[in-house]
Amino acid sequence: MSDLIAEVDVLVIGGGTAGPMAAVKAKEKNPALKVMLLEKANVKRSGAISMGMDGLNNAVIPGHATPEQYVKEITVANDGIVNQKTVMAYAQESFNMINQLDRWGVKFEKDETGDYAVKKVHHIGTYVLPMPEGHHMKKVLYRQLKKARVEITNRYMATRLLLDANGAIAGAMVLDTREGSFGVIRAKSVILCTGAAGRLGLPSSGYLFGTYENPTNAGDGYALAYHAGAELSGIECYQINPLIKDYNGPSCAYVTGPFGGYTANSKGERFIECDYWSGQMMMEFYKELEGGNGPVFLKMDHLAEETIGTIEHILHSNERPSRGRFHEGRKLDYRQGMVEMHISEIGLCSGHSASGVWVDEHAATTVPGLYAAGDLACVPHNYMLGAFVYGQFAGQSAAEYAMSHELPAVDAAQVEAERTRVLAPLSVVDGLPPAQVEYKLRRFVNDYLQPPKVTKKMEIGLDRFAEIGADLASMSAANPHELMRAMEVHFIRDCAEMAARASLYRTESRWGLYHYRVEHPEKDDADWFCHAQLKKNEAGEMTCFKRPIEPYIVELDDEEKDAYNRLRVVKQAEAA
Amino acid sequence: MPMTMNRVSVPVTVNEEACIADKGCTVCVESCPLDLLAIDLVKKKAFMQYDECWYCLPCEKDCPTQAIRVDIPYLLR
Repeated sequence: MSDLIAEVDVLVIGGGTAGPMAAVKAKEKNPALKVMLLEKANVKRSGAISMGMDGLNNAVIPGHATPEQYVKEITVANDGIVNQKTVMAYAQESFNMINQLDRWGVKFEKDETGDYAVKKVHHIGTYVLPMPEGHHMKKVLYRQLKKARVEITNRYMATRLLLDANGAIAGAMVLDTREGSFGVIRAKSVILCTGAAGRLGLPSSGYLFGTYENPTNAGDGYALAYHAGAELSGIECYQINPLIKDYNGPSCAYVTGPFGGYTANSKGERFIECDYWSGQMMMEFYKELEGGNGPVFLKMDHLAEETIGTIEHILHSNERPSRGRFHEGRKLDYRQGMVEMHISEIGLCSGHSASGVWVDEHAATTVPGLYAAGDLACVPHNYMLGAFVYGQFAGQSAAEYAMSHELPAVDAAQVEAERTRVLAPLSVVDGLPPAQVEYKLRRFVNDYLQPPKVTKKMEIGLDRFAEIGADLASMSAANPHELMRAMEVHFIRDCAEMAARASLYRTESRWGLYHYRVEHPEKDDADWFCHAQLKKNEAGEMTCFKRPIEPYIVELDDEEKDAYNRLRVVKQAEAA
Repeated sequence: MPMTMNRVSVPVTVNEEACIADKGCTVCVESCPLDLLAIDLVKKKAFMQYDECWYCLPCEKDCPTQAIRVDIPYLLR
């Protein structure tokens, strides 16, 4: 077969956070396996943490929190809709992973006795572990990849998964983004680690790539999983974040909160009790922003000089270091003024909310041989540490699967159809530029899908997305780079349709702003205390269905259940 | 269909005196998560080819001669 690029045991798609961990763990499980890490950029600087991370948002450390407490916190923060087994599997492995990262050279904040210095940000428990020097995270991962002898293939993007006659994984079809050539990688098992669908909504600046998520994360894995027949879950539970206005990055309350910074209204008053990102918190944020007390700010100007210096060092050297440059341009000094905030564009991301590819506690999807980890795998509020832990599960599970399966035969018809689809824009003369199609598509996403969600608007949105679907064949690519962008537009369109259909399906409101349906403003536990799943049916249509929630393994009392519904600061009645 | 080219101000500036792409360096080209930088084949210097920047800074931090400056894109600045 002329298209064949490689034959491997385990193929990991995406080399950001979960991907490198998955590849290393697959090799550790069995060093004889051939493990390939495929990356659209370069693994040295790819993914959501290309410039590192300023802390762990969900560290479950003995003495500060227990796995049971953490499972409760996430169950409540995600409004009850969780498969607790998956959250528990994360929580139980969280501390081991922190210790392993510590051994690998990741520098966590420790107190004078050498213990991890954990901070409180969540509503109930204590889970935030700062990493003031976390900018070296990708270097640490790269060293482990080299040590484990993982084969790294940079500047390739997967465009579709390859299936065998029984619907099990047989590999992936890929595009060389520098050469513009098509290829096939045969694999016994595949792990999707392609991150969020971050290029879904259009940032209010109008700059296509000024997104909250790394914009290279166009929702590739959501579309790959969908077309392979995998179940997706909670797509209607969007990711929407409180961000620095215009800059559109985190400000970031998780860093500043433990130092005494907080989210305030235009009067400088605190209006939410807890800055941990949840849909319920975003609803209060939205109300304040749109109400008479808006806009909303992050307030630090009351803090001591030494404290502000420390905050600046962390914020301006980690995760999104250019925020310092942005503030400088606007002549904003944390000492003298508050940081103006706004609400981000919508995205899909289970790292922050719960929209993702359905996985069990072993990172297995519903397609045999297909595993998923990180922002695209549905384990609610999983963040970076969850990506590492589920990367580990996925690497181990995919290695085991590869050890007990032969390399499946390749279906020539799938390859032929995909080669034609992928290379088509190169032979369209004077067609639509992918950037223009993307702009229009993402503007429609804002116009029709952004909460508050309105039924008629979402229905119109579906019509517009169908029209864009028809335009895709008219796109032309002048070079391999534009061809990559053109294929990403296909992914974004798929994600937009998924977001609309999943949101229309759940006829209630849940997760605060994430799924606020104007015509169904109340939570309806009688009908909707369940997962809403989405998949491609036998006829090739996008369908939604309910999946019951597994019995809880950690029960909640009534007081706890309601905790995230009481985020607004209650003012004491003034003394008469 | 008829087409036009729009001028845009791009966020990445390369100091061509400091840039050593002519000595074979491609560090910034390799570090960009969005693959936006390229080497000008005539001048043999790095430049920003596509205006699709996340202002994330690996190109600037990894450049061995500090030849790169990333500004916040004008629309956001």
